[in-house]
Amino acid sequence: MEIVSIKPLLAILVSLVGSGLIIASSRNPNLREGWTILISLAKFAIVASMVPTVLSGNKMVYTLIELFPGIEIKFRADAFGVFFAVTASFLWIITSLYSIGYMRSLNEHSQTRYFAAFAIALSATIGIAFAANLVTLFMFYELLTLVTFPLVTHKDTPEARQAGRKYLAYLLGTSIAFQLFAIVLTYTFAGTLEFSEGGILRGAAPPLVLTLIYFLFIAGFAKAAIMPLHSWLPTAMIAPTPVSALLHAVAVVKAGVFSILRIIFYIYGVDLMSSLNLGILTAYFVSFTIIVASLFALTQDNLKLRLAYSTISQLSYVILGAALLTTSGMIGGIMHIAVHAFSKITLFFCAGSIYVASHKTNISELSGIGKKMPLTMLAFTVGSLSMVGVPPVAGFISKWYLLLGSAEAHNMLLIIVLLSSSLLNAAYFFPIVCKAFFEEPAETFDGEEIKEAPLFVVIPLILTAIGSIILFFYPQPFLRIAYVVVQNVIGG
Amino acid sequence: MITEHFPILLIVVPLTSALSTPLIGTLNKKYCWYTAIFSISLSLFMSLYILNAVMHTGRISYWLGNWEPPYGIEYAIDYLNSYVLVIVTFIALAVTIYSKWSVEKELPEKTVLFYTVYLLLITGLLGITITGDIFNLYVFLEITSLSAYTLVAIGKKRNALVASYNYAILGTISATFILIAIGYLYMVTGTLNMADLSTKLPPLYDSKVVLTALAFFMAGFSIKVALFPLHVWLPDAYTHAPSVVSAILAATSTKVAAYAMIRVMFTVFSPEFIIVRVNITHILSWIAAFAIIVGSVLAIAQVDIKKMLAYSSVAQIGYIMLGIGLSTKLSVTGGILHILNHALMKATLFLVAGAVIYKTGIRNIEEYRGLRREMPLTMLAFTIAALSMIGVPGTVGFVSKWYLLLGALHEGKWVFALVLILSSLLMLVYFWRVIENIYFPKMHVAVAMDGGDKKKELPYTMLVPILILALLCIALGILAFIPLKIVGMISQMLVG
Repeated sequence: MEIVSIKPLLAILVSLVGSGLIIASSRNPNLREGWTILISLAKFAIVASMVPTVLSGNKMVYTLIELFPGIEIKFRADAFGVFFAVTASFLWIITSLYSIGYMRSLNEHSQTRYFAAFAIALSATIGIAFAANLVTLFMFYELLTLVTFPLVTHKDTPEARQAGRKYLAYLLGTSIAFQLFAIVLTYTFAGTLEFSEGGILRGAAPPLVLTLIYFLFIAGFAKAAIMPLHSWLPTAMIAPTPVSALLHAVAVVKAGVFSILRIIFYIYGVDLMSSLNLGILTAYFVSFTIIVASLFALTQDNLKLRLAYSTISQLSYVILGAALLTTSGMIGGIMHIAVHAFSKITLFFCAGSIYVASHKTNISELSGIGKKMPLTMLAFTVGSLSMVGVPPVAGFISKWYLLLGSAEAHNMLLIIVLLSSSLLNAAYFFPIVCKAFFEEPAETFDGEEIKEAPLFVVIPLILTAIGSIILFFYPQPFLRIAYVVVQNVIGG
Repeated sequence: MITEHFPILLIVVPLTSALSTPLIGTLNKKYCWYTAIFSISLSLFMSLYILNAVMHTGRISYWLGNWEPPYGIEYAIDYLNSYVLVIVTFIALAVTIYSKWSVEKELPEKTVLFYTVYLLLITGLLGITITGDIFNLYVFLEITSLSAYTLVAIGKKRNALVASYNYAILGTISATFILIAIGYLYMVTGTLNMADLSTKLPPLYDSKVVLTALAFFMAGFSIKVALFPLHVWLPDAYTHAPSVVSAILAATSTKVAAYAMIRVMFTVFSPEFIIVRVNITHILSWIAAFAIIVGSVLAIAQVDIKKMLAYSSVAQIGYIMLGIGLSTKLSVTGGILHILNHALMKATLFLVAGAVIYKTGIRNIEEYRGLRREMPLTMLAFTIAALSMIGVPGTVGFVSKWYLLLGALHEGKWVFALVLILSSLLMLVYFWRVIENIYFPKMHVAVAMDGGDKKKELPYTMLVPILILALLCIALGILAFIPLKIVGMISQMLVG
């Protein structure tokens, strides 16, 4: 049932308006950060209050304005949208705390710009989650790219400028070249752009054209970082670590995979996907990314770059799960959005914590750091275990469902892909853990004693690490929403 | 009632103020600006009134001297030209308000001359738009062109003279072509009234004379519109003209020329003739596609901001013409809407370019580095307009691009859709270069500021028009149904 409610709009507006408050109080950093915390709490409260509604199978819709005949700026908070929004807005609270610690410890410049852009980025993310049609989605997708640009180029150096260019060329370029084109084509053939269970394109155009549009969409959402359109993500690691943590492990990249899942479930629909054989094609296509990105990760010495390549690989898990088109596969894919978010943000927080405490960025310099920073490295271990998929950490849950889904699809090859990727994950994460805990500190550690990072930095990463474990024992809140999503998609 | 006479007053008011400006200017130079503001505000009010009346009645016919057409001159106003009238008067008002300080700084000795010719230009533009008589259109076209040559030549540098000379040569060729075409039509029909021509021409469609007339019209107007490859006068003229002149020419004069071309194609001739029998629209859409690509590519190569914007105009005119050339309801909606949207965007961009020249003297894109600190609001306006040009959703640029894309794809003409997409990418390249410079901190020492108050960003008369135009780039992108209401009726009228 559709309920008209202003909540989706409020969830978007709260941080958009909030960014104004942040800018207005730029002279008083404590007040400014107070706003950030307050806004993030308010945003999460609004989003969380929608959970009961979607669990009972309803969705909330709100039409803001008719842009032009037939095209509305419209929001719809369905189970899938709420799932993503809850993940992003919850982690924003923790990231905000972390940001305060990180930015202040490093005495970074332009902090007002940083916090304001962050708030708008979250508005755009929630906008993507709650978009009811492709134009609304496109609008917030572009906004997210533009508003994260100052965050990526935060350092204001020539390298940052170069990275920003690449970031923009990949994200804005592909969205104009492919995504907009695909949207206009969809509208031309289907006559509508509304997301709907069961899709809108069935029988609208010849199979070949539908396949073409599908691949235009896949290429148009470069935020999902599917190879060969992935290389913006490692480049974006020049951003401050909290940005890499929330935006380039959660909000921005997940917005990409979320959009692709929207296309698969709500524009094409499960039936059309399987009758065109697009599901299995996509699964093989992203398998390449899963394996190759992991291989790339193996070779990186820079910790953030290794994490970035790991993210590229893990994002394709989500798409793989959806593309399986089986119940368990889809649940695995959707769950992986939340699970990977909690674990990867932990890992990035740890990388930032190490940087704050010791200014080290390379893995080869981390010998023995586990003894100096036990809490950080313990959290790092938890995150790594989750990435590999070892119980009792949440990564196991989604990987289990993904494997189950591949088995349901009777596809041995994909099972092998998933398992070998787990091995690769272990191969590039465990050495870091071993190095940190079991190797003697190198000579190069000079007299200055390294100790744990400030509390504002350490507490958030402990929280997300604990979150990753809790999600293993108590995945119900997310799992139940994911079930509702899959029921609607298959039943619709 | 005086409101009945608004169609002629719309011309008379700016014309008389143009002629009285030299007198007023002898009293005090500053009064010229007030005169211009006053008369153009009146014109804006009248054109809004006329637009409203046309929305209710459909068509207004005003007989000059009460002579019945086709014997007398008729001013015929329908949806299309009432829409263009509002655009021209609105942009002209914004530019005029802005002009005060800019003109004082760039043309301190020629203020009076400037406002006289400027008002003549506006008169001419309004005349072309409002008239229903083809020869009268030619007369106003010449008034416009001669004032435009003068306004370009007024520029400070010697290059302005060369640019104006080139402009004059090509403009004269164009005017001659149009005059020849009018002569041919008069030869076979014996009438100059457009409505009358449209009823008398259909039986003569096989005549070689009529075909030749069409050819001369198209070639003549293509020069005025600056349609590739006849655009060569435009980049230099826009670059070397005073800032205010570049803005008004880019935002209104090519638009009015495009209007005249559409008027001749669709009213004097008929959609059936130009689309089915001669199929000149097909050729037009291909030429427009080339204009879009070539204009964008050349814009990338520029280092002077005004020249970059000028080449961008060449591409944008291609958009308008592509919409007309594809001649479906959707594409014509896109093309006509783009007349408004491009006027808003280009006016903003040229006014900002002028404001930067006013404040810092900078024209080179590389020197825009770090300008955000000195002129935050102005640069914000530039960013909005530039994003709108790229076609970011939520701005006006997206709406017209959307309709053009839909129009192309509905006809299955994928090539043109690809051209539109490619041009958006090219625009991303050349506009982002500027935006990036604006927002990255300066590497070298601050440039010398030689404009006005150093504390204030800009005088309010310059800042406010820029901000209002930029705001409209967003407002009309979200509230697109407002202009679409009338543009929908126009495309219904033209190809419906």
